[in-house]
Amino acid sequence: MANKVLMKGNEAIAEAAIKAGCKHYFGYPITPQTEIAAYMAKKMPKIGGTFLQAESEIAAINMVYGVSSAGYRVMTSSSSPGISLKSEGLSYLAGADLPAVVINVQRGGPGLGDIQPSQSDYFQATRGGGHGDFHMIVLAPGSVQEMASLTVKGFELADKYRMTAMILADGTMGQMMEPVELDFDVAPAPEKPWATNGTKMQRKHNITNSLSLVPEELEKFNFARYERYKLIEETEALCEEYLMDDAEIAVTAYGIASRVTKNAVDEARKMGIKVGLIRPITVWPFPKAPYEKAAEKVNHIITVELSMGQMIEDVMLATKCKVPVTLCNRAGGMIPSVEQVLEEIKKYAKRGE
Amino acid sequence: MEKRIIIFSGHYGSGKTNIAVNFATDLKKRHDKVAVADLDIVNPYFRTKDSLDLFEREGIRLICSEYANSNVDIPALPQDIYAVTDDTTYKMVVDVGGDDRGALALGRLTPKIIAENDYEMLLVINCYRPLTPNASSTVEVAREIESACKIKFTGIVNNSNLGDLTCEEDVLSSLSYAQEISSLMKIPVKYTTVKSDLYKSLSGKIENLYPLNLQKKI
Repeated sequence: MANKVLMKGNEAIAEAAIKAGCKHYFGYPITPQTEIAAYMAKKMPKIGGTFLQAESEIAAINMVYGVSSAGYRVMTSSSSPGISLKSEGLSYLAGADLPAVVINVQRGGPGLGDIQPSQSDYFQATRGGGHGDFHMIVLAPGSVQEMASLTVKGFELADKYRMTAMILADGTMGQMMEPVELDFDVAPAPEKPWATNGTKMQRKHNITNSLSLVPEELEKFNFARYERYKLIEETEALCEEYLMDDAEIAVTAYGIASRVTKNAVDEARKMGIKVGLIRPITVWPFPKAPYEKAAEKVNHIITVELSMGQMIEDVMLATKCKVPVTLCNRAGGMIPSVEQVLEEIKKYAKRGE
Repeated sequence: MEKRIIIFSGHYGSGKTNIAVNFATDLKKRHDKVAVADLDIVNPYFRTKDSLDLFEREGIRLICSEYANSNVDIPALPQDIYAVTDDTTYKMVVDVGGDDRGALALGRLTPKIIAENDYEMLLVINCYRPLTPNASSTVEVAREIESACKIKFTGIVNNSNLGDLTCEEDVLSSLSYAQEISSLMKIPVKYTTVKSDLYKSLSGKIENLYPLNLQKKI
């Protein structure tokens, strides 16, 4: 275990970002993600990077816009209420086709809510995250190791498609400690001929802008953007399937909920119940294929969420409601227990007999 | 002779709270009156108050902010904080918040702690944490803490671990790290802590080995 370190999820995100070549971080503190900012504050000065605690979340996301325009890898992080404040900036980044990585370590809501883990920003993240027609790539880590590896992947995807990649984590994923290996291969950032980094008298001026007052032109931009989104949906969806081969019931969950659910699946298997887990790793694009496959063979699908039921809508869309889909949840910052999920599995296993 | 006040301080995430809870339950076996004082004003996520049931069962007094785990989101100190120094009938275990910022809160008790002169100030270390991977970075954190609370460390608790995945080798290979800090700071390694399932196989190989029976789990 020589190369492993014991890290909080938040620290793993920060260290992975630095490893991915992010030398500029802007943020504003909010529990339960403050360790990201604290880590950046310690590390950035030592590597010649920028750590800046902005006067607000809105200021921070606009600094991200600026650095991204200049062609550098850049990140901000926050938790639910702070992400709402950033939503204007997220829309502007999309409108200007700028790459960025944004971390949301979700807490209970709505409003200020509480500081405990939650997954109730799923709609906000997967439906764009601001006004106008756009999407972000949304990655949902299920371990501290994935907090690191998906952050690296986020930078790569953001640059590849010139859009925001969001890490959709939660308070528990941010705070829990696990051993992590940090030796990744990071693809170097691609050339950015669009960057506003000086013409050197050799090319025309580049402009980054989301204002487009001629409606025909704006429509053209939107169509082009959605062509890209289609390609992403076809090629970048990621998912883990666990014991799905002979499953008669499927349980599906992402992030912290998937860990509880996996334990419940193992317990149910010991009782002879044929149940499997589908764990989306990208929630936008939503990995439709495994659900389409499951809809042909399982009797029932249960979604386990730390919300009042948000991902359940994507599951229903992906399965075209061919099988019943029901919700097993806690809200307000609470996590469903293994027992709660197991009871739910047992309920539908009986009906199937 | 066991000191009356045992203070645990160190880098955040080094394991202070977990060790404080373990030490307190252990002390209670030998002493009638034991209290744990939670001075952590930095991290509202993990607190000794999470172990309230255990403390009540064991008859351990908890000195903790009224507002811990409540709706009032402010970095408040316990209202009975002065019991740490004023009620000398208690064996006190003090859990200080992480880093120098956490240690600031301890500062207001420093004059009385020094005057009574019956304390241990223990530095909790873990070489597998990302910001304290070697002796020099750990000593740097320790010096920042000392200058924030104005108390010098008197000993070291080597809590180097990788969580559930810790194996014997991980503990053994951390010993030279702890020793190096010990010689740099001229204070002894008082304990090497291990999760209880490693205790048997490692006892005899490590001096002052201390098993941690209670682990906080998510």
